[in-house]
Amino acid sequence: MSIFLSENSKVIVQGMTGSEGSKHTRRMLASGTAIVGGVTPGKGGQSADFDGRAIPVFDSVSEAIAQTAADVTVIFVPPKFAKSAVIEAVDAGIGLAVVITEGIPIHDSTAFWAHAQGSLTRIIGPNCPGVISPGRSNAGIIPANIAGKGRIGLVSKSGTLTYQMMYELRDIGFSTAVGIGGDPVIGTTHIDCLAAFEADPDTEAIVMIGEIGGDAEERAADFIAANLTKPVVGYVAGFTAPEGKTMGHAGAIVSGSSGTAQAKKEALEAAGVRVGRTPSETAQLMRELVGSSSG
Amino acid sequence: MDLYEYQARDVFASYGVPVLAGGVATTPEQARDIAADIGGQVVVKAQVKTGGRGKAGGVKLADTPEDAYARASDILGMDIKGHTVHRVLIAQASDIAEEYYFSYLVDRANRSFLCIASVEGGVEIEEVAANKPDALARIPIDAGVGVDEALAREIVTAARFPDEVADQVVAIAVSLWKVFVGEDATLVEVNPLAKAPDGTVLALDGKVTLDENAGFRHAEHAELEDSAAADPLEQQAKAKNLNYVKLDGQVGIIGNGAGLVMSTLDVVAYAGEEFGGVEPANFLDIGGGASAQVMADGLGIILSDPSVRSVFVNVFGGITACDAVADGIVAALGLLGDSATKPIVVRLDGNNVEEGRRILDEAAHPLVEQVDTMDGAARRAAELVAADK
Repeated sequence: MSIFLSENSKVIVQGMTGSEGSKHTRRMLASGTAIVGGVTPGKGGQSADFDGRAIPVFDSVSEAIAQTAADVTVIFVPPKFAKSAVIEAVDAGIGLAVVITEGIPIHDSTAFWAHAQGSLTRIIGPNCPGVISPGRSNAGIIPANIAGKGRIGLVSKSGTLTYQMMYELRDIGFSTAVGIGGDPVIGTTHIDCLAAFEADPDTEAIVMIGEIGGDAEERAADFIAANLTKPVVGYVAGFTAPEGKTMGHAGAIVSGSSGTAQAKKEALEAAGVRVGRTPSETAQLMRELVGSSSG
Repeated sequence: MDLYEYQARDVFASYGVPVLAGGVATTPEQARDIAADIGGQVVVKAQVKTGGRGKAGGVKLADTPEDAYARASDILGMDIKGHTVHRVLIAQASDIAEEYYFSYLVDRANRSFLCIASVEGGVEIEEVAANKPDALARIPIDAGVGVDEALAREIVTAARFPDEVADQVVAIAVSLWKVFVGEDATLVEVNPLAKAPDGTVLALDGKVTLDENAGFRHAEHAELEDSAAADPLEQQAKAKNLNYVKLDGQVGIIGNGAGLVMSTLDVVAYAGEEFGGVEPANFLDIGGGASAQVMADGLGIILSDPSVRSVFVNVFGGITACDAVADGIVAALGLLGDSATKPIVVRLDGNNVEEGRRILDEAAHPLVEQVDTMDGAARRAAELVAADK
């Protein structure tokens, strides 16, 4: 098992014929993902070639679902068109929409989140690297060759810290790694992932990576204390970030005392989570918990 | 992007939110002329994007245009918490009977928006929030529905605004929501929302934060940006589309991905504790591509910072391949030539790492030193700063 994404997932790509979309479709296919189609309005009926594999292109998500029974969409469309792309996917009844696009206005992400309430769709992102269940499926841009299948579940706001942590723990491997995105408004939270990992029989322990801004980590700490039986180790980035400066992620903004890396670390430790000072130290804490399969 | 008070005031006025007469001045002469136009007593207010300006002496009353000239002379050029005052807002003075608080902001937990309103507004609002949480009404807003008159009335009731101002506050709440949505704001705050002795309710001071991601539908927002207030290195970086933030330390940092770079800053600060408090000199995220040109631009900016004593290039090759990054570093050093004078510690890991390390080994640039781990490289960069003292 794994969370959100498995070997049975049938994946379509919205914006597959664009430069980012085609580059990553090729990579997802190479890592064994069942890509069953792409959606580019106006290009329906064509097909796109990826190293000798012809992937059909559809005009709409609903048409793609009707033809392929897809249950996951990965969205690469530009920020200007992202809101309508997500709403289209929700209306078509897709199970999971992974929104990779960076730079979507908050008024658009709140709008598609509001639209998705009561629907069948889980949204991951926006501004995220996606989700990978190594050896099974890869929906997004996380490089599949960093680490293989294993017993750790990972949830992180940051893409590159996801890669770094997967690399540090490649000797143990991952059930699923989820990059939830760094924007202030995101569809799937740390808490959603923690709950899913707790219920996943293949996940033995969880690494949670946070960064300054907001109070998602503090809320996750409360959730861990109340609901989790599996061990969790944590890492928080941004201890030296100055107050009030934005550092690349819209979400990484410190406002007042709440939201600091120190406050997050303390909240996690109070919930029994061991928190590393560096990514390597965090990986070491995990290794002490679950042991390494390679010794 | 945070707006100055005078910009927020202009935006409010354009959406029909009542504000006092006023204008912005960059010289004492302008201040005098604006005060003369307004007539009567005015307030001269420093325009800085930080709190506590009143306590710092940045807000003064002036009874006459000449008085406004004198107060503006005092305030212009003043330093308030590291912010130099380049502009003053000259606004009509108003007696205040009551001070309220009103804001719309992003509610991360509910992936929506929130209204916070209180009849106990003013400079102590944060203390009110901490000590008397019941004095603040927090009303969730469904992003799919927004704020109409009915919800505005619920807000007014929940925050216990007095009956005699209720209709005015309802109208202001609806107008401020139009500002929030129409301008793609992530924060609209009015503090104080003041009741004058004659019963009129006015927005006396405001903060507006605009969503830079929404720039594609607000070409006019570019004009609101105050590039002169930015650090000169930050300005240069922005011109080259680099995501750079100047900090106070000695180790120049280049990395890929905002999270990894933030983590790099922390790791350098930890390592620096051992060397008398060596700290990172900047945040610089070169993103996924890391071409030679981007690397040269980044290194160029960092090496032109006089406080930088060593540089730490920390790259994890996820989508980017390490050999491309190594090529970028070598080419960047070629482009920079003799202007590169500081030692550069490079840590590469991930995709094509062996090839990347080999390229740097073969180039054998005298300034470049490779360390295999992030923690080890941070320690070495800090050590080089200490050795340079």
